[in-house]
Amino acid sequence: MSARERLQQAARQAILIKDGPYGTAIQNAKLSAEDYAGDTGLTDDQKGNNDLVNLTQPQVIRAICDQYLDAGARVLATNTFNANRISQADYGAEDQVRAINVSAAKIIREACDAATAKDGLERFVCGAMGPTNKTLSLSPDVEDPGYREVTFDEVKDVYREQAAALIEGGVDYILIETVFDTLNCKAACLAVMELAEDLGRDVPLMISLTLTDLSGRNLSGHTVEAFWNTVRHAKPVTIGLNCSFGADQLRPHVKVLSASADTLLMAYPNAGLPNELGEYDELPETTASLVRQWAEAGQVNILGGCCGNTPQHIAAMAKAVEGLPVRKIPARDTAMQLAGLEPFTIAA
Amino acid sequence: MTDNIPAASIARFVNIGERTNVTGSARFKKLIMADDYTAAVEVARQQVENGAQVIDVNMDEGLLDAEHAMTTFLKLIAAEPDIARVPVMIDSSKWDVIEAGLKCVSGKPIVNSISMKEGEEAFLEQARKCMGYGAAAVVMAFDETGQADTKARKVEICTRAYKLLTGIGFPPEDIIFDPNIFAVATGIEEHNRYGLDFLEALTEIKAACPHVKTSGGLSNLSFSFRGNETVRRAMHSVFLYHAIPAGLDMAIVNAGQLDVYDQIDPTLRDACEDVILMRSDDATEQLIDLAESYKGKSVADEKAAEEWRGWAVERRLEHALVKGIDAHVVSDTEEARAALEASGGRPIEVIEGPLMDGMNVVGDLFGSGKMFLPQVVKSARVMKKAVAHLIPFIEAEKELLPEAERKAKGKIVMATVKGDVHDIGKNIVGVVLQCNGYDVVDLGVMVPWQDILKSANDNKADMIGLSGLITPSLDEMVTVAEEMQRAEMTMPLLIGGATTSKVHTALKIDPAYPGPVIHVLDASRAVGVASKLLSDTQKDGFVDDTASEYVKVRDARAGKTPSVLLSLEEARANFYDAFLSDKPAPPQQPGVHVFDDWDLAKLREFIDWTPFFRAWELHGNYPAILTDEVVGETASQLFDDANDMLDQLIAEKWLTARGVAGLWPCARDGDDVTIHRVNREEHVRLPFLRQQVKKSRDRANMCLADFIDPAGDWIGGFAVGIHGIEPHSARFQADKDDYSDILLKALADRFAEAFAEALHQHVRTDLWGYAPGEQLDNLALIKEQYRGIRPAPGYPACPDHSLKPTLFELLDAEKNVGLNLTENFAMYPTAAVSGFYFGHPEAQYFGVARIGRDQLEDYAARRGVDLSTAERWLRPNLD
Repeated sequence: MSARERLQQAARQAILIKDGPYGTAIQNAKLSAEDYAGDTGLTDDQKGNNDLVNLTQPQVIRAICDQYLDAGARVLATNTFNANRISQADYGAEDQVRAINVSAAKIIREACDAATAKDGLERFVCGAMGPTNKTLSLSPDVEDPGYREVTFDEVKDVYREQAAALIEGGVDYILIETVFDTLNCKAACLAVMELAEDLGRDVPLMISLTLTDLSGRNLSGHTVEAFWNTVRHAKPVTIGLNCSFGADQLRPHVKVLSASADTLLMAYPNAGLPNELGEYDELPETTASLVRQWAEAGQVNILGGCCGNTPQHIAAMAKAVEGLPVRKIPARDTAMQLAGLEPFTIAA
Repeated sequence: MTDNIPAASIARFVNIGERTNVTGSARFKKLIMADDYTAAVEVARQQVENGAQVIDVNMDEGLLDAEHAMTTFLKLIAAEPDIARVPVMIDSSKWDVIEAGLKCVSGKPIVNSISMKEGEEAFLEQARKCMGYGAAAVVMAFDETGQADTKARKVEICTRAYKLLTGIGFPPEDIIFDPNIFAVATGIEEHNRYGLDFLEALTEIKAACPHVKTSGGLSNLSFSFRGNETVRRAMHSVFLYHAIPAGLDMAIVNAGQLDVYDQIDPTLRDACEDVILMRSDDATEQLIDLAESYKGKSVADEKAAEEWRGWAVERRLEHALVKGIDAHVVSDTEEARAALEASGGRPIEVIEGPLMDGMNVVGDLFGSGKMFLPQVVKSARVMKKAVAHLIPFIEAEKELLPEAERKAKGKIVMATVKGDVHDIGKNIVGVVLQCNGYDVVDLGVMVPWQDILKSANDNKADMIGLSGLITPSLDEMVTVAEEMQRAEMTMPLLIGGATTSKVHTALKIDPAYPGPVIHVLDASRAVGVASKLLSDTQKDGFVDDTASEYVKVRDARAGKTPSVLLSLEEARANFYDAFLSDKPAPPQQPGVHVFDDWDLAKLREFIDWTPFFRAWELHGNYPAILTDEVVGETASQLFDDANDMLDQLIAEKWLTARGVAGLWPCARDGDDVTIHRVNREEHVRLPFLRQQVKKSRDRANMCLADFIDPAGDWIGGFAVGIHGIEPHSARFQADKDDYSDILLKALADRFAEAFAEALHQHVRTDLWGYAPGEQLDNLALIKEQYRGIRPAPGYPACPDHSLKPTLFELLDAEKNVGLNLTENFAMYPTAAVSGFYFGHPEAQYFGVARIGRDQLEDYAARRGVDLSTAERWLRPNLD
């Protein structure tokens, strides 16, 4: 059975649990600048380069991954949100991109294989690719709305490099997450599709949008439905939402996406909204009870956590949705579904 | 498919506009060739505003770098949310141009087009690319041997392409087949079947290729009738009428070039149908013969003009009302009355019968967006004239019948509130309501609440309608609502006018009055609202729905965290740091300059027409609006009428343009500007407001004072007014001619704005003289491409209307221009503009927006007024 089918089959049997974030947990490890840089020989200060930790302190990442596995997560993502050439340029660490991603993938792969060896349950390893800090849809210069900092082909190449390294390290899925710019996401999709073609195998995509305002649009202005219409051609094995706001505010948008997307739905919200100090203080039980409502409404197949969630939150979620029925995937719509910033459908 | 094709197409049929297509629009091509992308983007915006569901972008022009033009334009429209909301059709005959375009479009676009012209391999390569980028594709019925002309070839090529595409996993619902529309009636016999072949092929293709869509370019069809628009439009409409049921899903067509199928001259329609459906052997000859008689529009118009005069009187009245023709309405009304009298009927029955029937047609057409405001106002003029003719007969009859039987649908008391003098919008709503059979009691302008309440009670009104244009009127409306509550009234209160909004109504007016309060967005909504409020069955539901909508608005507002405000001190620290050594030189001619009678003919050239059309609820930019697909005809007619009136009022000198401009030495003092007049001891202090909303990055918190040098500088002021409107307005009203009355008032407003523009230019080039060589045409002036600004009290940069008395005093505007201020600082005569001149090259418009209590208190102290007065003046900026 292919990786795509294995995930689909597992998701037919139960709501699957995805892991939570790595950033806070890495901070808690209180690594020094030297710990971060390891023996890479990089000259810039690497403190805060959490992606580099995959390479220099793999045991830290492994320990976090193990906590999520213990909490009941079966969908595990690599700690590679910024492990791309554009973001690593901020640390002068572009040359480490391949090594970081290969190492990151190996860590998660090994942790998952060890867990599977113990209980026989398959874990699903996905290579996470963040949005980069450049946008293809918007001009950074208000005086010149037609200007772009990067080109489509540059962004595509950046993603291809990262995806290839993740696959080399052993991931089965590529997760394009926290999509704030739909065109960046399209470039990422095309990069992975072309890579899969060249590898001669299916590389299932998981795509996750992030909303920047409560009306339900991402930074490039697309509504949830317009986004689905736009990325549907990449045949993602999961589509969903992450980050954005807390589960409470995300609810209406999960509902809309759940009704239209004919694929698995994966949602991993933040643990509420940050308080005045920028910290997340929503209790694990609160987050769990909010996402449980989606499960009860039959709107999700995979649940996890983004910013502010801890292994305790993930464990609480796993407990809260245990035994609840899985979301039924809607039938494929044969209408022509186009999109600008808003969806446009021509009746079948 | 019996009605207007574009309107009926919304759900299933898509008209793809070709106005952002250099091969379809000469104007767009000109803009792109001239590198005027700003104007080109406006073309796209207008197309979307007018309802385009998909915009086709084509840059295939020999002299253009099509790839550069395509990507530039697509990136620019991506930055415009009101354009980018619809999908794009990337249209080019060059694949490189299409692929470059695909890399710039962030939604799911349509590629137009790919085909098997270069063989299967190239075709599938392009199809795979479409799949990779996520695009639907138009597939032309074209193969290695050429374009498909016969039905058999069309079906064969499309089914072959379908098999190939679905074979590589191309989603069938993303395929749009274009089976080629060719010219018919060319005189070449083989071409006669082209129309029918296309129609028949559509049905077969759809049956053979599940889930696909079909499309076609219509303009080819009528190619042999170039120059004969009447025939071309008829052919296109007839063709679509048959093609849509046959399975056509979209067409590239100029919607303005379509007629309503039912309204095409039946002879022409039949002849077109004969050609397209090949119903007779000599169909082409017949249509060519017939086409001669449609050459030049006037022939047809004259024929139609004579024709309707021969109809039965009821139909003539309806026609006159729908078309707004008042030439024969009195004689027709009399004919109808006399006929009724002869058969024992009563004069009122002319109103209740044919006239109301005609007005109902007008109402329906307006309600469904097929007629526009200027036409409706003209219809009202016809109606009023007819009714005026009948009134003496009805009055005479009343003496016999003591109780008047005439019953209006309802009675509405309308007024512009105290302190406000603007009445164009209110008059339009009044006319629209009257057209629809409502009795309107119009109390005029500057009406105190006491008079409004008294009139409503005396007249046993069914509802009250309040209007206002300036921001203090919002408070006055709250007062009216509070007084209605105190008087324990229950009738509905309608709120309208340019500054009003649903949010303000929900937050401020609705809570003040327990009866129904309804915000009416524009004139076209007024009848719907009034009829629901008077309906036994709909009223409660409508009132409840509106009330709960307002509760939602309030809740949403309560839950919304307001934008973060800086303290006044912080905002001041982040002032706009203008480069002060760039300040303008002292004026050539300082002091106050009075202009008693500026030449109207010269002002005419300065008119900005776009707001004129907006006053008539026709939205779009001049001059494009004149050729707009939807409102172009109405706008052109209105524009002609306006120019006729301009010719007359200039020739006969109905109006006088009076103005004054002053230039004074000054200095910045904190957020104040102090003016130092010659020979005057005391300084005049102008306190300005500063933006307090926290700005992103390095944006300043601006205040107008920032553009003035504390070490000494210059500032100006002006006031202009248009006098002499009253006798003409009275004459029109006496003549039941609301159309001309509203037209005159709207033109007077435009003259006032044009005068402000002309005077500002005179100040820049001569009086102040800091831009002596300025050479700007009217468009450049409208786009404010000059140096310096002229912010007006009561507008966003300077929101306090109460600065007007100070400005008027500086200019002695009352004596010099004959302008007066109401207690709420509205200017009278209404057609007037006043403001300040700032000459610094960095001076710019901005909105003060929300301010904090700290600035309110500071401002009250600087203005020398108590806190509650300042609060009243600045209310719109406080929350």
